[in-house]
Amino acid sequence: MDYFLTEQQCMMRELAKKIADEKIKPVAAHYDETEEFAWPIMKILADSDLFGVYIPEQYGGLGGGITDMCVVTEELSRACGGIALGYAGTGLGTIPILLYGSEEQKKKFLPDIARGKRLAAFCLTEAEAGSDAGSMKTTAKKDGDHYILNGTKQWITNAGEAEVYTVIAITDKAKGTRGASAFIVEKGTKGMDFGKKEKKMGIRASATREVIFTDCRVPASNLISKEGMGFIVALKTLDNSRPGVAAQAVGIAQGALDHAVEYSRTRVQFGQPISGFQAIQHMLADMGTQVEAARALVYATARLVDSGAKSVSKESAMAKLFASETAMKVTTDAVQIFGGYGYMRDYPVEKLMRDAKITQIYEGTSQVQRNVIASNMIKESLKK
Amino acid sequence: MRQKFIMNIIVCIKQVPNTTDVRIDPLTNTLIREGVESVINPFDAYAIEEAVRLKERLGGKVTALTMGPPQAENALKEAISLGCDEAVLVSDRKFAGSDTWATSYTLSAAIKKLGAFDVIICGKQASDGDTAQVGPGISAHLNIPQVTYVKKIEQISAASAKVERMTEEGYDIVETPLPCLFTVVKEINTPRLPSMRGMMKAKSVKVTKWTADDIEADPRLLGLDGSPTRVVKIFTPAPRKGGEILNGDTADIARELAELLKDAVI
Repeated sequence: MDYFLTEQQCMMRELAKKIADEKIKPVAAHYDETEEFAWPIMKILADSDLFGVYIPEQYGGLGGGITDMCVVTEELSRACGGIALGYAGTGLGTIPILLYGSEEQKKKFLPDIARGKRLAAFCLTEAEAGSDAGSMKTTAKKDGDHYILNGTKQWITNAGEAEVYTVIAITDKAKGTRGASAFIVEKGTKGMDFGKKEKKMGIRASATREVIFTDCRVPASNLISKEGMGFIVALKTLDNSRPGVAAQAVGIAQGALDHAVEYSRTRVQFGQPISGFQAIQHMLADMGTQVEAARALVYATARLVDSGAKSVSKESAMAKLFASETAMKVTTDAVQIFGGYGYMRDYPVEKLMRDAKITQIYEGTSQVQRNVIASNMIKESLKK
Repeated sequence: MRQKFIMNIIVCIKQVPNTTDVRIDPLTNTLIREGVESVINPFDAYAIEEAVRLKERLGGKVTALTMGPPQAENALKEAISLGCDEAVLVSDRKFAGSDTWATSYTLSAAIKKLGAFDVIICGKQASDGDTAQVGPGISAHLNIPQVTYVKKIEQISAASAKVERMTEEGYDIVETPLPCLFTVVKEINTPRLPSMRGMMKAKSVKVTKWTADDIEADPRLLGLDGSPTRVVKIFTPAPRKGGEILNGDTADIARELAELLKDAVI
């Protein structure tokens, strides 16, 4: 399907595809097995200018938006959802600065991120604050021209590898969700430490760690927006980033679909390629249709976000919900088409199935997406 | 402190059919070029990369140069996307039928027109003709030193360079004054992928196009007339026959194999 991308977006898709096919595919199984962080690939992505596609030109980027980020994320995810997350996770960590950062903060942090010199990470989740982000316990206490951060963030993508962290912490507990604030914390700040690297089911090439703050002094100039804006920053960030997760899901699904079609053509049973059996054909047809439908929703949503629409919560949640459910279904069916071979780690599809699962969980579970969608629908109905 | 100077680098490239697609017409014994994608000669990719790395290290400018039909402009644009700064296409019907001697003469005439340079870098050979003669031919026409099969540039200054030259057994270390010409082997580097900025520049770049008149070439030395080489015959070697597999008891097989080897007089 032609999504009428701009010439520049077609170029970045072509380049991301080249990197995915030539550089990521040959090493995807290696990084999945070893759980190492794929720094050599991050270097290639940095040199390719792709880290800057969604960053304005005046801060060293290429001036695109969420659509551009989705185009790159989808192509990279086709080869490896874990390695692609080093890229997309940086986008998630950068969006708070893009949306709410001061001119000074943008000038200071965005150029290095655009060049891929520094990765970024977003720190929201805590042990007891998952879907219920309001239960977070990390605090930031004002002390002169600094804030002192205490608490532990959990399951932070790119933690330990990234240099720039956007962190949500409570500045005034009494105010509830209006008492949170967002900060930029640089790696190496005294009092900021990382927990052990988590062992995960999928996206194993991605680094996930705790980020631990112990009397960590952060300059007040690193406060994003103003005190009390933390939850708004977090929610708006997620509204903007969810199409990216959805694009990752579409990429993973497309990768699985490509493998399934090719395998069905070459696998011979009962004297013919299994692609000749209607049972397989119908599975492939459903998979192809679902992936295309998910992609259509993702790019329609990404364009809506880039148009500057006031509220994109519902659409972003829909895109993420639909694409991640599709990824899970399509990768499961791909394993089914491969049969016993699909279950073996010598073949690439079981990894894609493991990678797909996270897209239904992070940046809001599928259940939370449904909550967001429904509450927006009900709100819209009340306004009528 | 190392002296910093500005390198003026020329990299000569060729557009070739993608060898993974090439088939040979069994009747005429010629390459079937229809419908085959054209790419930068794979060995030239290493030349481009080395040129761009030299520029990045020392400062300067890389000019990509090719002789070929108008569509060779695409190869030059790709070279720009990989970090070259300028591109020159020499193209003229008069060049048709050039052998390696006429080609290297034509390229050397274009290089003279480009003006002063420090280093010319070529791939060791092209994947279609496989002669490895055009690089050396250019240096002969320009009367400058050449080092072929370079696998590492150890040192380079405004006046000279020290390089490792690959041989069958190992490598030679060669020192040469500049300006000079290198042909490079694939061991020298790993070519990068293009960058977004490079691709955007390639889209808008204006490739300089020169004809035989522009480069003030002697018409008698161009194209078929300027080509002393005569190709007597091109043929596809007969495909290798499959080996023979011996079956049976190990001792019998060993005996039989010994006899066969004796008869084969290896």
